[in-house]
Amino acid sequence: MKKSVFLGTLATAALVAGYASAATLDDVKARGSLNCGVSTGVNGFSAPDANGVWQGFDVAVCRAVAAAVLGDPMAVNFVPTTGQTRFTALASGEIDILARNTTWTFSRDTDLGFTFIGVNYYDGQGFMVNRALGVSSATELDGATVCIQTGTTTELNLADYFRINNMTYEPVPIETNAEAQQQYLAGACDVYTTDASGLAATRASFETPGDHVILPEIISKEPLGPLVRQGDDQWADIARWTLNALVAAEELGVTSSNLEQMAAGTNNPEINRLLGAEGDLGAMIGLDAQWAMRAIAAGGNYGEIFAATIGEATPIGLARGLNAQWTQGGLLYAPPFR
Amino acid sequence: MAMDSGAQQPAFRLSMLLYDSRYRSMTIQVFALFVLMLGAAWLVYNTKTNLEALGKPFGFDFLFNTAGYDIAQRPIEYSSQSTHLRATVVGLLNTLILAVMACIMATVLGVAAGVLRLSKNWIVARLMTVYIETFRNVPVLIWIIVVSAVMSESMPAPSAFRGENATSSMLLFDSVAITNRGVYVPAPLFSLDLGAMFGMPNLGTGLNWLVIIAVLIASFWLNKRLLAHATAVQNATGVRPKTWWKSLLIFLAPLAVLLVIFGFHAEYPELRGFNFTGGIQMRNSLIAMWIGLSIYTAAFIAENVRAGILAIAKGQTEAAYALGMQPGKTMRLVILPQAMRVIVPPLISQYLNITKNTSLGLAVGYMDLRSTLGGITINQTGRELEGMLLLMLIYLVISLIISTVMNYYNNRIKLKER
Repeated sequence: MKKSVFLGTLATAALVAGYASAATLDDVKARGSLNCGVSTGVNGFSAPDANGVWQGFDVAVCRAVAAAVLGDPMAVNFVPTTGQTRFTALASGEIDILARNTTWTFSRDTDLGFTFIGVNYYDGQGFMVNRALGVSSATELDGATVCIQTGTTTELNLADYFRINNMTYEPVPIETNAEAQQQYLAGACDVYTTDASGLAATRASFETPGDHVILPEIISKEPLGPLVRQGDDQWADIARWTLNALVAAEELGVTSSNLEQMAAGTNNPEINRLLGAEGDLGAMIGLDAQWAMRAIAAGGNYGEIFAATIGEATPIGLARGLNAQWTQGGLLYAPPFR
Repeated sequence: MAMDSGAQQPAFRLSMLLYDSRYRSMTIQVFALFVLMLGAAWLVYNTKTNLEALGKPFGFDFLFNTAGYDIAQRPIEYSSQSTHLRATVVGLLNTLILAVMACIMATVLGVAAGVLRLSKNWIVARLMTVYIETFRNVPVLIWIIVVSAVMSESMPAPSAFRGENATSSMLLFDSVAITNRGVYVPAPLFSLDLGAMFGMPNLGTGLNWLVIIAVLIASFWLNKRLLAHATAVQNATGVRPKTWWKSLLIFLAPLAVLLVIFGFHAEYPELRGFNFTGGIQMRNSLIAMWIGLSIYTAAFIAENVRAGILAIAKGQTEAAYALGMQPGKTMRLVILPQAMRVIVPPLISQYLNITKNTSLGLAVGYMDLRSTLGGITINQTGRELEGMLLLMLIYLVISLIISTVMNYYNNRIKLKER
């Protein structure tokens, strides 16, 4: 019995590893839908709406990729993953792309065998506390009980931050954002720490968001981006340049409303190349000429997606900050479409 | 086999392996084994090549890298700068602590519930029936989460203990605090540290505890001698000398002297900053796992105990009564020793169940082996296969040890047939 369990594990691992090396683009086309790994529910980034349709900033990336590859932004199967299960899901081939507030780090890119296709949100780790505690800085948190999501970089940053500042803390490891929220609201932990955008999104869903403050300290760099398996360069290129197309579209002034008109041809050659009116960039990544046009049509350009899901007009209320175009003093900088 | 039939046997031909019924089954078995091993070899080879293709060669080097994460409940020295191996050991110890605590509590509860279900008192018996049927028919994970939710949602936060008009207060002369982060109890401490005295500072006060245990064992042995002597006197004179005060003295006097010498005192939990400090903190996760596992498994143990007692023929009780034994003594001296033979084998599997179910700790954030090695370490290093194999190996070893020990005990108490 024990032997067969052992063999079963090996068998699964072997099958899984065998599957992972197949060409992802062909698989997705044959399946007719994109399998996209998302969070188990972070408002604004990836969460199902009242009709059960997934909405959000990370979801939009998957929809754009599905539109580029399959021509239908709705042809996406969303697979909710936790901080612990996400990498296994991607490595095993259960999902084709992971768009789940995942921090781009050296070891994830190299040792874990993934390829980050870019950054869709520049973030940093912050702390949220109840206003009643009277804490105004993270340096006053000595001895506090801290809720963290396990299997994340925040767990490691937190350990480093408290050690460097000679403070002690009591970690309460938690699997999902929803559980963390419940524990934090019940007062089982003094502090909730995760990426500042996640804190804003979580706070927005509280009954009385005003009772909670996000402390000014940002203790880490968290470049969040979608990732794919290493070893399938064509698929990585498709995902990377779909994201770049969204960013470039904002820079070039292509929006979902003027898309049709621009696609007919403009006097800006880069727009023409991007939208397929000139040259054939699509063929170079195994797609047709209109791939980028469909990706932008799915949810608008980067700026439109940002404004609709997590921008200042939404309950999440995040400012563009670092996530503005490089021309506006931000870090978004899409390489040229040439 | 072939030897004894000798010359009548026709000479062995290769085709007999297939057509002779004496050899055929052997051929099939050897063939099946060969295919099985071929399959296993293919799986291992395939796994290895595919992992190499992914750039993840098989190896356990990751265990010696810095873990980088913190663990709240650490029975041994551990910080985020320790290795993954040490994090694994911390997880293993947490697993064992929980398993031992849950086994003890489940046994106590289970035996009580099992005996009480057979009670002649209608209400008690029915109450126990309801308890057993409810608890063993709801998944254990649900019970664990229920206890955890009750602890974190309905207990007061540490801040409720603060200030002039605090809404909560500590129990038992300000020594125990029940909060939504766990239960704080006083910690036993010694001012005289034997470990430090004899140049073994990393043992801490472990040496003190060893001495205390040794003295207790000595007291136990002495008490046994005393009782044996009392029985001898009773056999000779018919009158049993009073021994209870001597027994009490044998146990208490050396212990009291020892504790005074060691400077035994308790450290009380105290509200400081965000949390209580000092004392021993039993975290919510530990309590949820402990109580959840215990009440669930106790319901199964209760049924084992009931089955064991019912397996003893009614005649045994009647015979004991006929000899003038009281019901309590009948249970203790006649029924239970015989019932143990029926109870112990299923009890072993219940202990194994508890040990394996500790791996549900992840659900409430209890940092057991599954959460450290099988959770965070795997996640941070990406060594799923190695981590899972190691995890399975460790659980297998623990389970085999428990079952060896319990089988030894079972052999001791089982019916000796001569």
